[in-house]
Amino acid sequence: MRTAISGLEVRSAASLNEALTILRDDERTPIAGATDLYVALNFGTLEPRRFLDIWAVNELRDISMNGRTLVMGALATYTSLIRSPLVARHLPMLVEASRQIGGPQIQNRGTLGGNVANGSPAGDSLPVLAAADAVVVLRSAAAERRVPITSFYTGYRATVMRPDELIVAIEVAPVDGKQWFRKVGTRAAQAISKIVVAGVRTRAPRIAFGSVAATVVRVPETERKLAAGGSIDEAVSVLSREIKPIDDVRSTAEYRLRVATNLLRRFWAETG
Amino acid sequence: MPAVGNSVARKDGIGKATGSAQYADDITFPGMIFGRTIRSTIARGRVRSIRFDFETAGFTIVDYRDVIGRNSVDLIEKDQPFLVESEVRHMAEPILLLAHEDRERLNAARVEIEYETETPLFDPEHSTEVFKKIGIAKGDAAAALAGADLVVEGTYRTGHQEHVYIEPNGVIAVPEEVEGRKGVAIFGSVQCPFYVIKALRCLFGSHPPIRVIQTETGGGFGGKEEYPSMIAGHAALLALKSGRPVKIIYDRTEDMVATTKRHPSIVRHRTGVMRDGRIVAMDIDVLMDGGAYVTLSPVVLSRGCIHAAGPYRCDNVSIRGRTVFTNTPPNGAFRGFGAPQTEFAVEVHMERIAEALGMDSVELRRLNALRPGDTTATGQTLREDTSALMVLEEAVRRTDFTRRREQYKGTNRGLGLALFYHGAGFTGSGELSLKSRARLELTPAGVRIATGSTEIGQGTRTTHAQIVSDALGIPYEDVEVAQPDTARVADSGPTVASRTCMVVGKILEKCAHEMKERLNGSSPAEHYAKHGAFSVEQMYEPPDWIKWDDAAYRGDAYATYGWGCDVAEIEVDRDTYEVRPLKLTAVQEFGRPIHPALAQGQIEGGTAQGLGYALLERVVMRDGAMANSQLTNYVIPTTLDMPELDVVMMENQYPGGPFGAKGLGELPMDGPAPAVVNALRHLGLDVREIPATPELIASCTALA
Amino acid sequence: MNLVLNGVSTDVEAHPMARLLDVLREECGLTGTKEGCGEGECGACTVLINGEPVCSCLIPLAQVEKAEVVTIEGLGDDHPLQHLFMNEVGAQCGICTPGMIMAAVALGPAPTLDDVKIALAGNLCRCTGYSAIYRAVLKWRGMPVASAGGAQ
Repeated sequence: MRTAISGLEVRSAASLNEALTILRDDERTPIAGATDLYVALNFGTLEPRRFLDIWAVNELRDISMNGRTLVMGALATYTSLIRSPLVARHLPMLVEASRQIGGPQIQNRGTLGGNVANGSPAGDSLPVLAAADAVVVLRSAAAERRVPITSFYTGYRATVMRPDELIVAIEVAPVDGKQWFRKVGTRAAQAISKIVVAGVRTRAPRIAFGSVAATVVRVPETERKLAAGGSIDEAVSVLSREIKPIDDVRSTAEYRLRVATNLLRRFWAETG
Repeated sequence: MPAVGNSVARKDGIGKATGSAQYADDITFPGMIFGRTIRSTIARGRVRSIRFDFETAGFTIVDYRDVIGRNSVDLIEKDQPFLVESEVRHMAEPILLLAHEDRERLNAARVEIEYETETPLFDPEHSTEVFKKIGIAKGDAAAALAGADLVVEGTYRTGHQEHVYIEPNGVIAVPEEVEGRKGVAIFGSVQCPFYVIKALRCLFGSHPPIRVIQTETGGGFGGKEEYPSMIAGHAALLALKSGRPVKIIYDRTEDMVATTKRHPSIVRHRTGVMRDGRIVAMDIDVLMDGGAYVTLSPVVLSRGCIHAAGPYRCDNVSIRGRTVFTNTPPNGAFRGFGAPQTEFAVEVHMERIAEALGMDSVELRRLNALRPGDTTATGQTLREDTSALMVLEEAVRRTDFTRRREQYKGTNRGLGLALFYHGAGFTGSGELSLKSRARLELTPAGVRIATGSTEIGQGTRTTHAQIVSDALGIPYEDVEVAQPDTARVADSGPTVASRTCMVVGKILEKCAHEMKERLNGSSPAEHYAKHGAFSVEQMYEPPDWIKWDDAAYRGDAYATYGWGCDVAEIEVDRDTYEVRPLKLTAVQEFGRPIHPALAQGQIEGGTAQGLGYALLERVVMRDGAMANSQLTNYVIPTTLDMPELDVVMMENQYPGGPFGAKGLGELPMDGPAPAVVNALRHLGLDVREIPATPELIASCTALA
Repeated sequence: MNLVLNGVSTDVEAHPMARLLDVLREECGLTGTKEGCGEGECGACTVLINGEPVCSCLIPLAQVEKAEVVTIEGLGDDHPLQHLFMNEVGAQCGICTPGMIMAAVALGPAPTLDDVKIALAGNLCRCTGYSAIYRAVLKWRGMPVASAGGAQ
């Protein structure tokens, strides 16, 4: 049922400084690509009524290198990530993930920062960032801080962000191993994931899952087993106990668990 | 150059592609206000109290007490109310209507309803309230089963399917005065304007003048066959009470939760076969979940049962069908209308019979397929326009089926086939009782077609104009098609049942022949200039050889059948159990294609819907209502879900159809699901229900 | 607020959080852009913003200040793609057609069949099964249509 627009209020910022100044003094929910906004409002899952539109803050769109670190502006859209030679070279699994998010219309509007801030357990970029040990750069009018993505979420759609902060960039240090990504959606395009996996194969492999918990998760016990030289069968056994997916309208716990273990094997076989 | 048989320029003009075509929500009227339906939030019980928790000034409020005629939707039965009086039988049942000129205030109005709840019944297998029972008996199935070399049993299930027309249901009711009397005009997205008239006459009593005008309709597929009577009645009640035009447009969620869906089915087969592959007995039990009210369930059951034995000959058949009540939103018409359910079952069962006999399944079908001169389960003797073998052989040849099936053994690719047929037009004496009429009017430049047949994307305007143009011998450009307005056109019956081209087209052909005689060599323009306008009206006459016994359910069920054979090539992902359709070959025989490109569109579109039915489209019911009622969660095929489609159109004309045409709209729906599931069987996956989701397939695989 | 709508600088008065879709259809009277779902899933509401196809049901009006917005009406009534959609039967009921055309019109000059499928992956059609849409779009770009299927 359509939300009453008249009850909503928005201010638009043209620069980062302007945006942060507004947030310092005023409690507002930032909106950028807004691909989830009206959906959440209409569903009644979004309470806030006062917004800060940061779509025009172009300084947050850059994708660049800082030394050997890939720096992706929070407002980089999936389309720009797909087209970026830097992302293709340094974080190709993010290109793969971005290609499978929605369709062109969503990719043209949805942003990396938005995906991170929204914190859906099914967010497709999140396992990629978690497996890459990405760092979220947060800024307020007063200060800047960096939070590893693996410490960013405290619960279902809950983050460590303060009300006066914006995500300004996602930083990824060089990824030292083969990257692997797989999304299992409800169909081939425009699909919410039933399970999504990203992995980096090194001596200490990093593996992250989406849609199997309230947040994106790494699987440290499974990773440790593999790092210690355990067999893939042993790792699968650990994984089966480490993740606890649920039933929902899209899929079942049983399916998710079975496929998670299959994909772990596939990741291991293909990156070996 | 004749119009028929060529892909001529369509009568729709270019409006659909420029955005100027007017769908219901594009239209406004002066003083128009908006309507909203307050629906039950329980599946079974009684309304105890209603309280308005909002400032009611400025609102029009309608409940059952505002009905001046009869509070029932007049369809087959009159059991379904427009508005709940006290008893609630399903979730989202309409209780109250509100209207206001400000949509935000309308949507913000809180209505508190208290209920006495009762335990709802959701499982059709446990339902004792039977809407309709059907029995089809031929020969002695029980005896023949006893004498068979082998009996193969199986139970097959299909779930709900939601239409997902991209334009949701919507109407505008506009009060108008006709000859000093207060009446109402309904503008809306409808397939059957005269069904709405019938329903509104019952709702209001015959008194107010009512007309229904079809607006450009963004898809129907049966979902706008009977349902619009409900939304039209609601809008009309609000319009007459407020004195203002009232627009009701459902949002996607409301449309998915509250309106009709395809009947879920459980079909049990017991088939007696001989070692050489001859099918000697078919014993079939068909159960369909009708939901909370009868709506069209008896007819869906009927068509399902008639097609339940598949396109096969068998001397001993017993088909017992029943459609039952559950406390869920009523199910209704959806392209195929019972046949996709039962033909899924029989075609998967045939595959299992072949497996049990150790016989090639193509050979099994070849042996048993209906041929001209054979009789169907209802005892109809088929005529020369019977094409089961023709489509089967072409599909097998074209896909190199036998060799490639062998080649794929041991891989994760499968190849599956389904043979199917679909009766065109209404069942049995249905066309006779409809008494459909068509009218052709002379105009200053040519002629105008004036029927209640609706263009819903399938090409009605165009194919009708092609038929009239050639039958009358005038240029196609000189034929215009009137917008269906029940005050201005003949009642040609509903736009359903694959009848619009074949049956109504035939009436128009007759009209054209009569008009041609009366024109007596003059062109329409010449005649009009000299004598002014005249019109010709004809009624449908079914072929005189059709004999149908409605009590015994025996005889000629349909004047003709379309025939199809689909081959599905799929790949199953070993890790995720996702099914990727690679190619679907659809060989379909439907008489003379009036407009080849439009015909191909029906096959491609129907095949896509069939693939969705097979693999993707799962209605998740919770507490008696659709829980996944968003397009995010109820998924239909996107471009990336569709395989390569290879369409072959074959022709074996039906002499009773205009220029030899048969009905086509529903035929393509019957093949894809069994073809896909048979491809899964080829991979060793014993799937007996659809949608064959990855979750289902995962549970079918050997334990890892 | 001001936007460039179909090439014309246009002042619009509406709530800044109103959906662009509603502003186009109501304030601007341009009903060619359709609502099929309101969730960004069906693409029937597709328009171009600064040349990029987006779902107008997801865009707050505030975000198109000074932007170039093109709707189906911006293509006029004689665009080759429009004719092809009708003639190739890429449009059956037509409700998805404006959005489908707006997504297709952003395609590059020499798309392959796969390029077309990806470009239209965010547009649902329930009538056609998409094959005729591919034929229309490939023909518009003068690309071979054999791979998009054809009747016998």
